[in-house]
Order: sequence, then structure tokens, then C-alpha cells
Amino acid sequence: MKALRLGERQVVWIGLVLVALLVAFSVLAPRTFPTSFNLLNLVSDAAILLLLATGMTFVIITAGIDLSVGGVLVFSAVVAAEVMEATGSLALGALAAVVTGLAWGVLNGVLVALGRIPALIVTLGTLGMSLGGALLLTGGVDLRAPAELNLGLGLARWLGVPLIVWICAAVTAVLAFTLARTRFGRHTYAIGSNAEAARRGGVAVRKHLIKVYGLAGLLAGLAGHLSLAKYGITGVSAHSTDNLQAIAAVVIGGTSLFGGIGTVAGTVIGVFIPVVLQNGFQILGVRPFWQQVVVGAVLIAAVYADQWRRRTRDR
Amino acid sequence: MAAPLLDARGIVKSYGQVEALRGADFAVSPGEVVALIGDNGAGKSTLAKILSGVERPDAGTIEIDGEPVAFGSVEEARAAGIETVYQDLALCADLTPAANFFLGRERLKPGPLGLLGVLDNAAMRRETREACERLGVRLASQNAPVSTLSGGQRQGVAVARAVTWARRVLFMDEPTAALGVVQTRRVLDLIRTVRDSGVSVVLISHNMQDVKAVSDRVEVLRLGRRVARFDTAHVSMEELVGAMTGAFEWENGG
Ligand SMILES: Nc1ncnc2c1ncn2[C@@H]1O[C@H](COP(=O)(O)OP(=O)(O)OP(=O)(O)O)[C@@H](O)[C@H]1O
Ligand SMILES: [Mg+2]
Repeated sequence: MKALRLGERQVVWIGLVLVALLVAFSVLAPRTFPTSFNLLNLVSDAAILLLLATGMTFVIITAGIDLSVGGVLVFSAVVAAEVMEATGSLALGALAAVVTGLAWGVLNGVLVALGRIPALIVTLGTLGMSLGGALLLTGGVDLRAPAELNLGLGLARWLGVPLIVWICAAVTAVLAFTLARTRFGRHTYAIGSNAEAARRGGVAVRKHLIKVYGLAGLLAGLAGHLSLAKYGITGVSAHSTDNLQAIAAVVIGGTSLFGGIGTVAGTVIGVFIPVVLQNGFQILGVRPFWQQVVVGAVLIAAVYADQWRRRTRDR
Repeated sequence: MAAPLLDARGIVKSYGQVEALRGADFAVSPGEVVALIGDNGAGKSTLAKILSGVERPDAGTIEIDGEPVAFGSVEEARAAGIETVYQDLALCADLTPAANFFLGRERLKPGPLGLLGVLDNAAMRRETREACERLGVRLASQNAPVSTLSGGQRQGVAVARAVTWARRVLFMDEPTAALGVVQTRRVLDLIRTVRDSGVSVVLISHNMQDVKAVSDRVEVLRLGRRVARFDTAHVSMEELVGAMTGAFEWENGG
């Protein structure tokens, strides 16, 4: 039998927790919870956060952090809305969002890798800059998405599932494969595990870090465009805790804040646990504040498990 | 002594206030085993790192085959055929032995998948297992991360890695520090095998028995400078110790 790696073992546990939640809510609310309508709602709610969390997974595996994702999301959405307004082209809007996100991500990466400033500080700074910048661009009033976008991509379905969900799922699947099976993923783990050893192994550590932060920014930009399509407005004030939600999902999914360990599969589960809790509590009529309490507890438990396994392995 | 393969002169390296190397000289000829010895803090590891491209010297010249080189990165030293077993092993604890073995030179799948950067894990595992077994390092599982290995097994993985890739010079910075008697003997045998295959070996060690057993020459560092060089066949233990501690300083120098 293949020995499970540390990170994979936690994925199994947390996967069981998710299954238990799904079963429990299905038993408690058999008519409302396990319906295709409700499950699609669940998946739609999770999809955009999944993009942010997947980028965050790469960043945290390098032993970094990205607090700026929510700000970059909003800033990219604002740029996309303005580009679409000015040009009338939806494609240019999407491109603008992705490129804007990438630019913020690369800025993060350059400051972290070349400037040697702690990622926590760099991305806290760019969080403020991007949120503030979005407010400056909009004058504090949310911009509306063009109707073609909101009614088009925002409502489009394929096989009954929203197109936005398909896009997020496809991107996540590709990145899960990239992390697990490619040289890019291998170097991501190596840097988080021991950056100096990676450097001595000939890995271009700084260049790789810039790419990883760039990827996280790009995904935030894409998330900005999709959220603009889905909700129809830029939502400048609605994304200030996106970073914490993404980090919580990644950590609940078994990725170590110390770097070197983690999977995208775990992150997917980590994204769904809070969403399922919220949805299930709503259906059961439990006050929604309980969701925050429970997710907080799960988060602490996940980090405790990580610390504990780090301590028990001989190093 | 034949014309040196690797010749370093006047190497200076400071870390802030600490002068690790103060004009150190060092040379390796083709096909020889050189022991580099010296007290703790003499600058041995620093010298090995500089000659492996990990650190850049503040001053001094390095020549390979008589041509001056300046290693800007580890990859440039590797391209010149230099590999190193670092004192701290430089392993990524969360990665498997195979991932460490091929770190920075991963094998990719043949065909279009390889162009996308997809790893050929099966091939890397197989080659790693073979290389480790040649060294007598038995790994219970190829899938367990290095953090689960014993200190000796880790050292074995690091040694096997460097030996496999070295083409011209192999630096070994205290490669037997964590090894048992049997494994130490294997590494010493391995050093001879490597030398006989035409790769020069630089052995950094505090164990004078090992040094006498395996080296052709000895170079002694003290306080960041080379203070003596000997032919192993004609040197006594007392002379080695004397050179390291400063009792015989400069007598045999240069
Ligand atoms: N990265 C570093 N930062 C600061 N000082 C350093 C660093 N590396 C080495 N030094 C200093 O340089 C000097 C030489 O260190 P080095 O590791 O080369 O010694 P060594 O001969 O290998 O010793 P040992 O036998 O204990 O391994 C020491 O005084 C050490 O404190
Ligand atoms: Mg040393």
C-alpha cells in the first residue's frame, strides 16, 4: 500500500468531515438540502472563492501568504467594468481583469522575492493599495456590469450547471494537476520546504516566487471578472474578508502555513466546508452566526493538527 | 602534482564582521582525493560553498583547467561538473528521496506531456532507488518524505545524489558524520570508486583515520587561510594536528 503523506492524511480526514456534514444535513432536512437546486446553489457560492483559494494554495505551499486577493479581485473588476464601458467589448474586459490581476500579483512577487520584504507586509500593503485604488477609480460608487455580461456569462448554463462553475472547476483541475504532477509544482513544494536547498539544487527561487504570486494575482483578476458577471456590480466593499476566507479554506484543507505541504484537493474540500455549513444552517433555521463560530473552530483544529504533526516528525 | 583541475587563490569571504576566509588558496588535481581539514570555524564549509557556486567570494580568483571562472549560480558550477554534499545536506524534508535526488533537474515524461513540464516520477524513483542501493542505503518506502528518514539515511541520499551527478569534482562536507561503521566504510570505498572513475574528490572531515585511509593529499585550513599541504603517504598524525592547531604554522605552507 502506498504510504499516505502527511498532507494527504489530513485531506482524507477533512474529506470525511465534509461527507459527514453532507449526510447530516441531508438527514435533518431531506426535502430541502439534498436537492439539485440547493446543491447547485452551494457550488455556485463556492466557485469564485475556489479560484482565490487555489492561488492561495500555491502561495502558502511556498511558505508565503497573500492577503491582497480580495483587493486585487475588486480592483480588477473595476478595471474590467471601465474597459467594457469604454470599448463595449466583453472580451477586452475579461482580458483587462486577468492582466490587471497578474500585474498586482507580479508586483507582490517582485517585492517578496527581490525586495525581501515579508509577504505578510507586502500583501497587506497591496491589499490597501488595490482597495483604495478601486475606490479612487470608482469614486466610492459601485460600477455596474454591462447587461450583456450579467445576463450572458452571469446566467449561462451548460448541462444545467452555471458556466461560471465550469470555468472555476476547469481552472482548479488544471492547477491541481500542475501542482501535483509538473516541475512547476515540484519547485513550489521545494521552495516552501527548504528554499536554500532548492536554490542549491539549481531552482530559480526568486523567479519561481514571482510566478507563484503572479498566478495568485491572475486568478484573483479572473475571479473579479466572474464575480462582476455573476453579481452585476463591482462590490467594492464586499470583498474585504476574501483573503481570510481563502486562507481558512487552504489551511482547513491540510496545507501547512509553514510551507512544503498541501494539495489543491484539500483546498477544494476546505472551500466547501464553510459553504455547506452556512447553507445547511440556513436551511435548518440555525442562526447564521453559528457558521462563523464553527468555521473558526475547524480552522483552529486544522492548524493544531498541522503543528502537532510537525512536532511529531523528527527533524 | 599535475596541473590543477580546480585552482582557487586568495579567496576572501566575510559575513558581516566575521571573516570566514582571509585569502585562502586551494587546488585539486584531476583524479585525486584531497582531504580539506581544519578546526571548527576554519572556513572549510565556506570554501566548499564558494567553489560550488552557492556563495560568491568577496575577492580571489577561481580557475578551472587554467581558465578563470566566476560562478554566478549553483547551475554554473554544476555545468562545470562540480557537485557537493553539503554539511547541512540541503535536502527538502517534505519531498521524497527521488524528488530531492532530481531537484533542479527533474526528469520529464517523453513527448508532449514532457513539454508541458509533466514529471516522470516512475523513472526518477527507479533511478533513485538504484543509486541508493549501490551505496547500501535502503529506503523502506520511496513515497515517504525525507523527514521520515533517519539521519544516516538522509546523509546517504545526499551522498548518492552528489555522486551520481558529479562529473569532475565532488565536494563532500563531512559526509560520514551521521553514518554507522559499515556505511562509513561504504562511503570511503565509494570515494575511491569515484576517484577511479576520473572524478576528483574533496573530502572535508574531522576524522583523521578516514583522511589517512582515503586521501592522496591533505590541505589544511586555519582561521580562513591555507596553512599547510601534505602528501598523505608522508605525513604523520601529529603533523596534521599540529598544522590544524597552529603549532606548525607556515612550516609546510605554500
Ligand atoms: N552564513 C553565515 N553567516 C554568518 N557567519 C557565517 C556563515 N557561514 C559561516 N560563517 C562563519 O564563518 C566561519 C567559518 O565557518 P565554516 O562553516 O566555513 O567553518 P568550518 O570550517 O566548516 O567549520 P566546521 O568544522 O565546524 O564545519 C565561522 O566563524 C562561521 O561562524
Ligand atoms: Mg563545516
